[in-house]
Parts: sequence; structure tokens; C-alpha cells
Amino acid sequence: MKPPPFAYHDPRTLDEAIALLAGLPNARPLAGGQSMMPMLNMRFAQPDHLVDLNRITGLETVEVEPDGTLAIGAMARQRDLERHPAVARGCPMMVEALGQVGHRQTRNRGTIGGSLCHLDPAAELPLVAAASDAVVVAAGPKGRREATFADFARGFMTPGLDPDEVLVAVRLPALPAGAGCCFLEFARRHGDFAIVAVAVTLVPDAAGRIALARIALGGVGPVPLRLPEAEAALRGAAPGAEAFGQAAATTRHLDPLEDALVPAWYRRHLAGVLLGRALATAAGRMGRA
Amino acid sequence: MSDDRSLSREVTCTVNGVKRAATVSVRRTLADFLRHDLGLTGTHLGCEHGVCGACTVLVDGRAVRGCLMLAVQAEDRAVTTVEGLAPDAASLHPLQAAFARHHALQCGFCTPGMLTTLVEFLAEVPEPTPAQVREAISGNLCRCTGYEPIVTATLEAAAAMRRQAA
Repeated sequence: MKPPPFAYHDPRTLDEAIALLAGLPNARPLAGGQSMMPMLNMRFAQPDHLVDLNRITGLETVEVEPDGTLAIGAMARQRDLERHPAVARGCPMMVEALGQVGHRQTRNRGTIGGSLCHLDPAAELPLVAAASDAVVVAAGPKGRREATFADFARGFMTPGLDPDEVLVAVRLPALPAGAGCCFLEFARRHGDFAIVAVAVTLVPDAAGRIALARIALGGVGPVPLRLPEAEAALRGAAPGAEAFGQAAATTRHLDPLEDALVPAWYRRHLAGVLLGRALATAAGRMGRA
Repeated sequence: MSDDRSLSREVTCTVNGVKRAATVSVRRTLADFLRHDLGLTGTHLGCEHGVCGACTVLVDGRAVRGCLMLAVQAEDRAVTTVEGLAPDAASLHPLQAAFARHHALQCGFCTPGMLTTLVEFLAEVPEPTPAQVREAISGNLCRCTGYEPIVTATLEAAAAMRRQAA
């Protein structure tokens, strides 16, 4: 099995990469290659030009901005993020999710930007971005622009990027004080894409009630799905089985994806069960507001 | 082959401590480069799309899928294959010795990928639990279903390596 013929470019700067993507016909960027390379090997993808981003320096940084925002370069390797103390502090849910992204060998190469742009409906990192109110930063011939992850995730494996744009960073707003997070998924084998995954953040108020809930589901819709109904049901509620049961019950109205292996009713059932468990875990991890 | 560097180029990298070079098509995978261009057939290719783990090699000390990296991306990097694990021709790496002792291989197809993966893992986690070992090899498929002896051998090798380091 061989990738189809392509011309290979390994620019040293982001500007060169953008110029190549803008100037060459049917050009595709190559990040960590853990999805693109299988697609090339199986010839699902047949670009005429491959623009490798791996030789560009400065795209793999992890920084905490003065307001606490966690800014992660698009080419940061998943395995580096898994072990990065700033990620553990600023987005513990991401560390929990990364343990379930593929395997050690794929995480050593795979990047956060590659995963967000591939945008598999069951992938873990897009779900974390959706549940964290992330903002993505794209660079193109006209400069840089920011977009909310909700706008960026346009549809099934369709990121909101022009062909001459490159995702350069993802920015995660600081977690409010005392926030408790949980990432949970069910897959048949460790490292597989999830059948259903859930990402939850619960923020306490001074009285220990839930001031704010952020809930997102993966594997259910064409892109990660926020659950505004469940989030609203939890606002102001005391953490506990009653509130969590009500929130989990909102998954009954979901109309999940269906495929040859997993019927819609099973995904709907899993969504409710996993959400209930994730809420209980996240509540247990809440601290003082 | 074409003079156009976007179609083919010379790749120079250090493989098992030795500087190697070959001119290859840019679409050559690292695994094919090792096998076909450098003659190192210890690295096996199973699925060729990143699922089976047989082609795992170490690049700058990190375990990666050899089928999901291009040879041109290995330029200036240090690659370690299964051929480079043993200290010399007469002895085995502690993992290899433990695999042999515990019959942790039958057909041997998955073994190079298991070993390279576990070399990186034990360097990070010198005293693993059986569950941690199982997770570490979750990306390596063994069709002889020899996981039990593989886990046993890994735990024994870990203990031997701790003694060596002490």
C-alpha cells in the first residue's frame, strides 16, 4: 500500500506554507499525519501537493496568557500536551481525554491542530474544544483571524478553513475557580474512536450550587454537540442525583448518528448513562468558588 | 529519478547509531525506507494504515508508526529499529531476553513493534502495573493472542532493567 503520487514541500516558515497552499492546485497541509497518512495510504485523499508543517518552528508552543487563557500551538503533539503541567492545570479534561486518543505511538506524532481540522465526529479533542468554549486561530494570505470553535466546526469533517488557511493555535479560556471537569467515553477497545463521549465542566457558586454547566457530547452528531437544555437545567441546582438525572434525561430527545455497527437507540442510551456518570464525577471534583 | 526535490530527494538519518542515506521518492514511508532502501527488514508492515503497530520504530527516542511517517520526514533524525535494541551481536536487550524466556512470541510478526513500543514505555514507567503494560501495548495487535506472556515478560524485563540501573 502506497500513498498516491504527490509533490512534497517542507517549508520552514508559516508564510511560506500559506503561500504554497494559496499558489498550488489541490494542495493539502500535513500535520502529525495520524489521519492524513492513513487516508493517503488508502487513497481516500489524493492531493497533488502536500505541504508539511512539521519543519515550521513556533507552532508547538503552550502558553498561559495573563488572563489565564491557555494558548496551544496547532502543532503541539498530543503526547506532549498529555504530560504538560500547564495543560493539567488549565484544562484537566484535555489530559483525561488524551489518554483515550489513539495510542502512545499515534499521540507521539498526532497534533491537536490536526485532530481539530480532521474533525472526526467521535474524536476526543474536538469535543474538549467544544466543551471548553475554545477559540481557534487561523492564518491565511490576509492575516490571522479568530473563530469560536462552534463556528469553526461547520459540519461532518468540515472545518471552517479556506484552502489557503492554516490552523495555528487554539485558545482555551481560563477555568473559573472551583470548576470540576470530567471526560468520559465508551469505546469497544482502548484507543478506538468513541461510540459516545461526554465532556462536562461544572462551576460552583459561593453556596456550592452549580453556577454554570458546560456539557458536550461526541459521537452523537456530525460535530460535537453542546446540550443547552441540560446546561440550563443545572444552572442554580444543588449538585446531586436529582439534578443530574434531570440533565441526563434531556438526552432522550437526541437524534444520534446511526451506522452498521451502532444503532441510534444505543448511542442515545449511552449518552444518558455517560452524562449522568460524568456529572457525578465532575461534581465530586468541584472546589470552592 | 527526477531532479525535482519535491518528487524525490536524498534522505540522511542516523539508524541504530549509524549514519545512513538513500535517495527515495517523497511518497516512500519511513517503514518502506527502512526495509527496501536500507535492508532493515526487522520492522514489519501489517495494516499500513496505523492500526496494527507492527511497524513501530523509535524516532528521536519516541515510538511512532513507521507507516504513518514519510521517509523524508526522518531527515536528520535518529531512528532505532528492532535491529538496534540489543547491545551487541552476542546478547539481547532485557526485553528480548524476557520475551524469549516467556514465549512472548509465536509467529513473531508483532514482536518488533511490541519491543520498540515497550522500550519507550519502560524508560518512562520503570515500575509498571500489569494494567499499565496492557494499555501501553493497546496499539499493537498480536494475532497469536500472546498478550499474557507479553505482559509477563515485560514486567520481568522491567524488574531486570531496574536492577541494571541500580
